[in-house]
Amino acid sequence: MHMADALLAPAVAATMYAASGIAAGVSVKTLRKDETTAKLPTMAVASALVFAGQMINYTIPGTGSSGHLCGGMLLSALLGPQAGFLSMVVILAIQALFFADGGLLALGANCWNMAFYGCFVGYYLLWRPIQRSGLFGKAKAAGRGKIILASILGCVLTLQLGAFSVVLETSISGITELPFAAFVAVMQPIHLAIGLVEGLITAAVLLFVYEARPELLMDVQSGAEQGKCSLKTTLVVLAVVVALVGGGLSLFASGNPDGLEWSMFGNAEAGYSENMGLDEEAYGVSSSAAETAGAIQEKTAFLPDYAFSGSDSAAGTSVSGLVGSAIVAGAAVLICLAGGFFRRKKAAAKN
Amino acid sequence: MDQLSHAQAELREMDALAAGDSPIHRLHPLCKLVLTVAYIVTVVSFSKYDLSGLVVMVLYPVLLFQAAGIPVGLCFYRLRIVLPLVCAVGLANPFLDHTPLLQLGTVTVTGGVLSMVTLMLKGVFSLMASFLLVATTSMDSLCAALRKLHVPGLITTLLLLTYRYIGVMLEEVSVMSQAYALRAPGQKGIHISAWGSFLGQLLLRSMDRAEELYHSMLLRGFRGEFFYASVPPCRWSGVVFTALCLAAMVLARCFDLPQLLGSLFVR
Repeated sequence: MHMADALLAPAVAATMYAASGIAAGVSVKTLRKDETTAKLPTMAVASALVFAGQMINYTIPGTGSSGHLCGGMLLSALLGPQAGFLSMVVILAIQALFFADGGLLALGANCWNMAFYGCFVGYYLLWRPIQRSGLFGKAKAAGRGKIILASILGCVLTLQLGAFSVVLETSISGITELPFAAFVAVMQPIHLAIGLVEGLITAAVLLFVYEARPELLMDVQSGAEQGKCSLKTTLVVLAVVVALVGGGLSLFASGNPDGLEWSMFGNAEAGYSENMGLDEEAYGVSSSAAETAGAIQEKTAFLPDYAFSGSDSAAGTSVSGLVGSAIVAGAAVLICLAGGFFRRKKAAAKN
Repeated sequence: MDQLSHAQAELREMDALAAGDSPIHRLHPLCKLVLTVAYIVTVVSFSKYDLSGLVVMVLYPVLLFQAAGIPVGLCFYRLRIVLPLVCAVGLANPFLDHTPLLQLGTVTVTGGVLSMVTLMLKGVFSLMASFLLVATTSMDSLCAALRKLHVPGLITTLLLLTYRYIGVMLEEVSVMSQAYALRAPGQKGIHISAWGSFLGQLLLRSMDRAEELYHSMLLRGFRGEFFYASVPPCRWSGVVFTALCLAAMVLARCFDLPQLLGSLFVR
């Protein structure tokens, strides 16, 4: 779900940076109150673990496709929402810088879409209320049930919110010609399937921690008496749920690890409206909303008044523009060749 | 697993590049950070039909790559992650935007085609710029630059520590998954019966390790923040270079330079 720099207008990117920055600032401030230095290595190790853990493929039984771990829910269950959010921010920053997953400008938006919802919304709205509730009774099996429920609901909700934000941010940026409502109609169901699978994997990892070291999990009461429901039965239940729900829905995503990619490729391959069986005209209302948003964006764009008048259509398409562009491109290639020539010469001189 | 070893190799490659020496490597990290952000903002701010205006922006990364002694081709491997997504968003445009903008002989260039190409170039350019930043700046210097911008010490220290431990964790996970794959031949990923225990085991061990790590850090005098010693001093030449680059970017954003160049030759 990582957004690239090119998918965002500067104004939208700045807004998202501000929003994520406020969340990070509040987190740092809250964390300062309790001893953060003691927590720092744990946060670093946990985020490094989530980073590596997200590269593991988990086979989804009966489908042939594979799922991944949901980092936000796992980190907030282990570290709490504030520390979890900061850890996610750091993971996303490293992914953007070193692995070209996301981008420097889109970092604010990515933090909001993936870290904020996963850590704060998922934790305060679902994880904590469910763990503190008397749901399923008081036995240890109840603890398992609560962890599974909270993980699945948390992942589904946070992915839905994240996917919706991606659509919203891309549409407001005026990047795509896709009508807003139809774009949403593709993104949400795919991320519902992904959320279910991610929730199950996250639940499995958290259950393991709960069995071995329940004190590591936030807000989970440990020391409850042993119930009848063993890990094995839980996993069997999980398997059935996966096969029924995840399996059916993840057919959408099979072979396409990223839902965002899928929904867009799906659109591109056969033309958007045909692909969805939708009538483009029926979405007139929302496309006009997108146009308004586009107009707002144009007004707030970086130094719009300095551009040549009419450059929107004329400059980019005039013949002299094309000739000039070709000259610049040729110069760029020449610079690369010259650089390579001098590097080789230097290396030869060294030997 | 393939993805894990790829990630390890990429991290090593970036470290090796950042350890190099060139005028760009010696430029103050804050200057590089400011330039990179300004460049990406400028690139992204071009209107979706302004292809010729955008093209001139290619010169900044290309020139700096050469000055830093890094072949441009290196960063294109990384495009495989970001480009499919950008292309996918862009590919819808020619289907939905049929406004004819230019007639080249018998070929009509529509707005959709133009906005698609512009979008892809934006994706490539911004990737080149951030690759250049990381390839010429070590994580230490980058964190020092962030610290200068008053990013809380908690975040920069966390960034440094996490970056340090990602290497360790990738190693650990790849050893584990290799062992798993050898014991489960012909299986694509982790079987459902090991979903929890696979990462869970590592998680428990790592949490204990983090505790030990903290104690050893305390014994070496850690008081909540690292101190960055190896940052090169900010020289006047660096500031002037940054200012010139920023001015060039503003110029390129305000005037369609390739079109002006082209009009010298056409008509």
